[in-house]
Amino acid sequence: MSQRTIRAPLDDATVLSLRAGEQVLLTGRIYTARDAAHQRLFEALQRGASLPLPLAGQVIYYVGPAPARSGAVIGPAGPTTSGRMDPYTLPLLERGVAGLIGKGIRSAEVKQALIRHTAVYFGAVGGAAALLARQIRSSRLLAYADLGSEAIRVLEVEEFPLFVINDCHGGDAYEAAKAAYRVSGG
Amino acid sequence: MRTIAVSEVRQAVGDLLRRAAHHLPEDYLAAMRDARGREQSPTGQQVIELLLENASYAEAEEIPTCQDTGMAILFIEVGQDVHFSGGEIEAALQAATRDAYADLRKSVVSDPLLRINSGDNSPALIHWRIVAGERLRITALQKGFGAELMSRVQMFPPSVGVEGARRFVLETVERAGPNACPPLIVGVGIGGSLDSVGLAAKKALLRPIGSVNPAPHIAELEDDLLGAINRLGIGPQGLGGVVTALAVQIETLATHIAALPVAVNLNCSAPRRASVEL
Repeated sequence: MSQRTIRAPLDDATVLSLRAGEQVLLTGRIYTARDAAHQRLFEALQRGASLPLPLAGQVIYYVGPAPARSGAVIGPAGPTTSGRMDPYTLPLLERGVAGLIGKGIRSAEVKQALIRHTAVYFGAVGGAAALLARQIRSSRLLAYADLGSEAIRVLEVEEFPLFVINDCHGGDAYEAAKAAYRVSGG
Repeated sequence: MRTIAVSEVRQAVGDLLRRAAHHLPEDYLAAMRDARGREQSPTGQQVIELLLENASYAEAEEIPTCQDTGMAILFIEVGQDVHFSGGEIEAALQAATRDAYADLRKSVVSDPLLRINSGDNSPALIHWRIVAGERLRITALQKGFGAELMSRVQMFPPSVGVEGARRFVLETVERAGPNACPPLIVGVGIGGSLDSVGLAAKKALLRPIGSVNPAPHIAELEDDLLGAINRLGIGPQGLGGVVTALAVQIETLATHIAALPVAVNLNCSAPRRASVEL
């Protein structure tokens, strides 16, 4: 498995080069947000309020980390199920978010929007939270501190291992992989 | 009559929950090592390898294997000759949950609609069973909700038969796909009523992997469903392969002549469960 390193924030050329099924290592700055933070971002956009994070070219990681042990950068921090963020995702993609990290199936609307806005959906390995946290070099609370684990954090990640699930060309790694190993008549 | 101090129970359950978060069960790890050899997809093998490495690392570091340290679900078998002293037993169990989750993720909201985090992962869900004698056995399940969200229950009419139940299990796994973090453990409840069938499916998740239902026709259904699930192609993390589930574990209950309830409770590839006997 050859793995190349890509950098966050993402530029269009990088996003255009990614193909579903490919494994990459991500280095750079990313932002955490899951259910409650997405709801707040969505409501802020509806009100026309400013957001606590930049969007253009940025990568959002759907994660609610476990508490950090004293001296640790962050606690175990694996992906949560992405589909729950689908209802809030289109306005973020429209404003330039270029990468999403989570696990699980996205809606047809989100997959279409990835194509339209030149963005990519990555899967991290769910359940590998302790190992994934080792690739996080720093973590800083950015907004919505009252949400606890669901607050928005800025992470600096180094060689964070990801699978490209939905690329900006319509490729879908889950569909392709399932078709390859499916035995009909099950 | 045996007297057990609730403070002793609090200490034991706090330790149990911490241990469950950091150490995955041996039967699961053995099943994963076995699955690594059986998986045909290179990516699937890689994912299984990563999950095994994650389990070893979390155990060595004494940190949670998964960031979702779940809702604490306690299954308690208590002898009818046990007397609890020094306070209320349920209060002690909730205190134990708060103790343990000081260092684990707080994933519980007190109200399902207002969605305010309880701040300490309480309340634990507690299921009691009174048995003969003086023993006290507590099993903790820390249930991650990625897999819980994809679980389903359906009240079927009897006419759907075993084929209807079978199709429902397969549909549930197919719909869950990568969301529930395969390789899965598939707990199935068949029979009972709306309330008891879900609990039966959850109790099925407490069985060690590799255990078989004692009723031959149910054991056969477990085996048949495991084969069918592993032909779906979903694979580890939904990235393709022949190991979508490690086990299908079915528990049945007597039911009414009018119904065939079926519940499917999925558990993810971080099945946190541990027991203690006092």
